[in-house]
Amino acid sequence: MATTAYETGLDGRRLAASPTFRERLARSWRRNRAGYLFLAPWLIGFFGLTLGPTIASLYLSFTDYDLLTPARWAGLKNYEYAFFHDQRLWRALQVTLTYVFWSIPLKLTVALALAMALDRSVRGVSVYRAIFYLPSLLGASVAVAMLWRQIFGADGLINQLMMLTLGFSGPSWVTHPDYALSTLVVLAIWQFGSPMIIFLAGLRQIPQDLYEAAAMDGAKPVRQFFKITLPLLAPVVFFNLVFQTIEAFKAFTQAFIVSGGEGKPIDSTLFYTLYLYLEAFANFRMGYASALAWLLLIIIGVFTGIAFLSSKYWVYYEDEGR
Amino acid sequence: MAFVSATKSTGRFTPLIRHGLLIAAAFVMLYPLLWMIGSSFKPESLIFSNPSALPTSFSFDNYIKGWNALRVSFTTFYKNSFIISALAVVGNLTACSLTAYAFARLEFRFKWFWFALMMGTLMLPYHVTLVPQYILFLNLGWVNTYLPLVVPKFLAVDSFFIFLMVQFFRGIPREIDEAAVMDGCGPWRIYWRIMLPLSTPVLATAAIFSFIWTYDDFLGPLIYLNDQRQWTVPLALRAFIDSSGGESLYGAMFAMSALSLVPVFAVFLAFQRLIIRGVALGALKR
Repeated sequence: MATTAYETGLDGRRLAASPTFRERLARSWRRNRAGYLFLAPWLIGFFGLTLGPTIASLYLSFTDYDLLTPARWAGLKNYEYAFFHDQRLWRALQVTLTYVFWSIPLKLTVALALAMALDRSVRGVSVYRAIFYLPSLLGASVAVAMLWRQIFGADGLINQLMMLTLGFSGPSWVTHPDYALSTLVVLAIWQFGSPMIIFLAGLRQIPQDLYEAAAMDGAKPVRQFFKITLPLLAPVVFFNLVFQTIEAFKAFTQAFIVSGGEGKPIDSTLFYTLYLYLEAFANFRMGYASALAWLLLIIIGVFTGIAFLSSKYWVYYEDEGR
Repeated sequence: MAFVSATKSTGRFTPLIRHGLLIAAAFVMLYPLLWMIGSSFKPESLIFSNPSALPTSFSFDNYIKGWNALRVSFTTFYKNSFIISALAVVGNLTACSLTAYAFARLEFRFKWFWFALMMGTLMLPYHVTLVPQYILFLNLGWVNTYLPLVVPKFLAVDSFFIFLMVQFFRGIPREIDEAAVMDGCGPWRIYWRIMLPLSTPVLATAAIFSFIWTYDDFLGPLIYLNDQRQWTVPLALRAFIDSSGGESLYGAMFAMSALSLVPVFAVFLAFQRLIIRGVALGALKR
């Protein structure tokens, strides 16, 4: 442990017998001053913008509050309403979970497949990598969400191409209750670039001689994939799974733009975050929105917890058992 | 296709096939963007009848019309977006690096307690603080100003960047600042004269992602900026949906959407390596 000047100066002084309270205070201040001065902006932000609001949010979730009249204590009413009476919330949960369960496995599969295609001895890896990553970078923007509305619109790119190749065109995908959510799943898959880059970095860590040894023993590529690549990549798969899932639960901009800001058509794209936003900032039910936020926190927590607990059985870390 | 890499049995044609497939995949990936750019130069009648990304004739009409399509021109929206993004970058860099320096190098009481709390906030979804923060800023009279979008950055609320910088600072050899202490440097000078100059890669990464995330941010401006003169570019783009209805704005919408991607794309071109490395570290999710 390195000691800095202002610490060693104090250690000598510690020999002095029974300092008074003021001396102790002054000494403690000198020892900790620098640290707390550097930490000051974060401390203000932490208490004022994170911890304070988190506690306030928990409190508000037990109240009725519309910004105009003071918050009124409502006990468990918000949670009771959420669990037993709010059809729209269940709709929102169903939409969000459907989105997560379709988009994450597909996105990660595409990401892994392309990472493996790019892995070794491909010329121009950096160019491909940049091209495949670009949608991830641009995809969070309003512009791309607007573009998606047009691509899957009645006269959009997809229907034009269908007309050209198949001779007939489909419905207006974004305004059809059966397909609107799928367009958002496609948008999520389109952004497979960032998990792909993480997979690529993981693949580079796998020693090449493992494959050579396996090939000598007559293991076919498919077997090599399931016996070498996948087990050694498990920590990376786990990382991508957890973080992409959390991000998917938090998706907002795409849903807002593609659904016209209201989860249209007939709530088929009413993402959880979108519902929360509407409750808070369109209906001004701040108390209920806070309860929704806490339920989301719990849902994300449960999913992350399940992932961590299950990881014992399928994620193997090389430095285990040290 | 994916398994080929694992074996040595690559024939003469496999690389060709592989490149063929990769190029096809890249083309499919980019086509939506190319179509948007192409459409932005097409007359509106052709956007929805010709799926080609190549316009038959170039015309900047859509751009000219789009720039002034709303009551306030895009000059204002870009100015607002850049002001907010620049302040966010400055805020994140100063506040997060100060905090990270304290965690990485200084000794003080309860340091690990604060550090654990900071790491805890990494996982906290922003929805939990959304409503109370809004109420707070409303009561401070900050709604309809840039302050709710900028001040939190100066208070190191993006703990993710702190984490990134702590990791980097810890990698800088202790001997360097120990030598500086010998020479009589205090913590401030070590931070300013030694740590920051040695940390340009992580500072650049933080700056780049602060810029991109703030520039793209939609929810924040949506909640806090109501007056059209204060809108950012994403808010203005969204107005094209609200105000359309008539087909007549589609060309303009394509033009302004394409244009809005240019700053992020330019940053990507300029700092590609840093961005890809940042993502590869597993640090940046998007």
